[in-house]
Amino acid sequence: MVPLSHYLFLSAVLFMTGAVGVLTRRNAIIVFMSIELMLNSVNLTLVAFSSFLGNVTGQMLVFFVMTVAAAEAAVGLAIIIAIYRRKQTVNLDEINLLKW
Amino acid sequence: MDLLEPIIKIAVVLGALLTASAIVVLFDRKFSAYIQNRYGPNRVGPGGWMQSIADVVKLVMKEDIVPKAANRFVHDLAPMISITVALTTFAVIPFGDTIPLFGKEYNLIIADVNVGILYILAMTGMGVYGLTLAGWSSNNKYSLFGGLRSSAQLISYELSMGLSLIGVIMIAGTLQIDDIVRSQTGYWFGWIPQWNVISQPIGFITFFVASFAETNRLPFDLPEAEPELVGGYHTEYSGMKFGLFFLSEYANMIVSSALITALFLGGWHLPFAETWGLDPLVLALLKIGAFMFKMFIIISFYVVIRWTLPRFRYDQLMNLGWKVMLPVSIANVLATGVVMLWLTR
Amino acid sequence: MDLYTISFYMFAVLLLGSAIVVVFSRNIVRAAFALMITLLSIAAFYVLMMADFVGIVQLLLYVGGILVLILFGVMLTNRQISVDIREGAIQTIPAVIVTSTIGGILAGAIWSTAWPMREAARSVAATAPVIGEMFLTTYLLPFEVASVLLLVALVGAALIARRERKS
Repeated sequence: MVPLSHYLFLSAVLFMTGAVGVLTRRNAIIVFMSIELMLNSVNLTLVAFSSFLGNVTGQMLVFFVMTVAAAEAAVGLAIIIAIYRRKQTVNLDEINLLKW
Repeated sequence: MDLLEPIIKIAVVLGALLTASAIVVLFDRKFSAYIQNRYGPNRVGPGGWMQSIADVVKLVMKEDIVPKAANRFVHDLAPMISITVALTTFAVIPFGDTIPLFGKEYNLIIADVNVGILYILAMTGMGVYGLTLAGWSSNNKYSLFGGLRSSAQLISYELSMGLSLIGVIMIAGTLQIDDIVRSQTGYWFGWIPQWNVISQPIGFITFFVASFAETNRLPFDLPEAEPELVGGYHTEYSGMKFGLFFLSEYANMIVSSALITALFLGGWHLPFAETWGLDPLVLALLKIGAFMFKMFIIISFYVVIRWTLPRFRYDQLMNLGWKVMLPVSIANVLATGVVMLWLTR
Repeated sequence: MDLYTISFYMFAVLLLGSAIVVVFSRNIVRAAFALMITLLSIAAFYVLMMADFVGIVQLLLYVGGILVLILFGVMLTNRQISVDIREGAIQTIPAVIVTSTIGGILAGAIWSTAWPMREAARSVAATAPVIGEMFLTTYLLPFEVASVLLLVALVGAALIARRERKS
């Protein structure tokens, strides 16, 4: 039988992987995917708690996280594509107009 | 572990689905020929009935040509995704009432998932990958156009497809497809069968139209519009990989006709069959027959419409999806809610 | 080792392996595919924990929706698919420090807490009606706010992505 802590460790490792991606990668889309990884690890934790404690509220929170992720995907990718159209790059180091 | 029963069911359904696809291909060609006043395939076998087998043999024997500039891995993966999605969708569709065999009742459904409808919507969502990736990985502008069009089309029509099902879900009060079929038992005024097509006419029409778009059939076959895009997303495919796309298109057609039957046309219900006093086994077989007959009617409808309506233009397609289908299906949800509230008051 | 445990570890390996490919891959298309595998194995975990509704919504929303958008982003912003997009790792040392701190804190918290040793739900109970009920009663306001958020995102994305008209 898999105890709760194994699920928690799994999602902690997944979260750390996503954090490394956000911090080290320069391609905006890869950073975006890493953020999705982090959101998913949080979802996994929520569902694990919900399942082990017998309380559905955790699964409810997952839906709100997913909503935010969907909104983020729509707007974030629209921004990335708009930037690409203007500057022909998605490298985060070259998108520095506000860093004067 | 009682694994034997699902394995046998999967084998039977898979075999039946693939055979049915081959038969539907032939039926499509024959019927099209009839509509266009020509013969159609008539050389292989008596009356051309072996044509599909000859086609399969030909496709298997052909060389698999991959363009030099293509992304090999994705190019191979795309048809696999398409066929997997097309075949696995059938797992949650009940094609008959419980059948008594060897002194035990068997459910005629592979997986009675309790979120069956969402499973089907999720699977159609995955179907986007096959076409998009095929279009993109070929590295050919016509393929890319086909792939992009198909994903835009599928995403747009998936919305109205899902929303037109909400009325059915509200009436049945469940997401389980078997329960939805069972909720269509009984008769209004003693003679009108309680099928969802009667209580949900607008939902039926929007779902039917959306299913045309989801299966890329005319008048919605823009992803592979021959006059403009050569072959669309499968321009660069040959041999059995093309065969898989072709097969998945027809399997999709069969699956969506089965879905329409199960959700709107009462599934395996045969009106008044219970009152005939038949043997349970005969009755169960009759019900499977009724299911297949309803599917056949829907498939014939697909073919008739294919040769009746011209292809949409791309902007017309998007306008229809977003400005007509979506508002109509949302209004249908609202209307269903109001009527249900009024009836139960 | 029962089937449950075996599938847990199998999907755990799949999940972490594909997540590592997402983060460290040089090929962005490969990263997108690895993300697909990651999301699918997360859905598998939901199913293992008998959260069927969440699992299917994960498929519907993440795999069928968000990932398609990401693939679109990849296709529209990447001309040469085999190009090296790594462009050198930046801030490696600060990243390692920050991540290992987070990991240490999380691991410490997980180790030191006495988790209730209840078994995960193993029976098939429909979660969809319960979740639907809660959405329309206790969590009605967040639910409505979430729908407004989606509407705003829809309008905003359409506005940003629209080609500017030359006036």
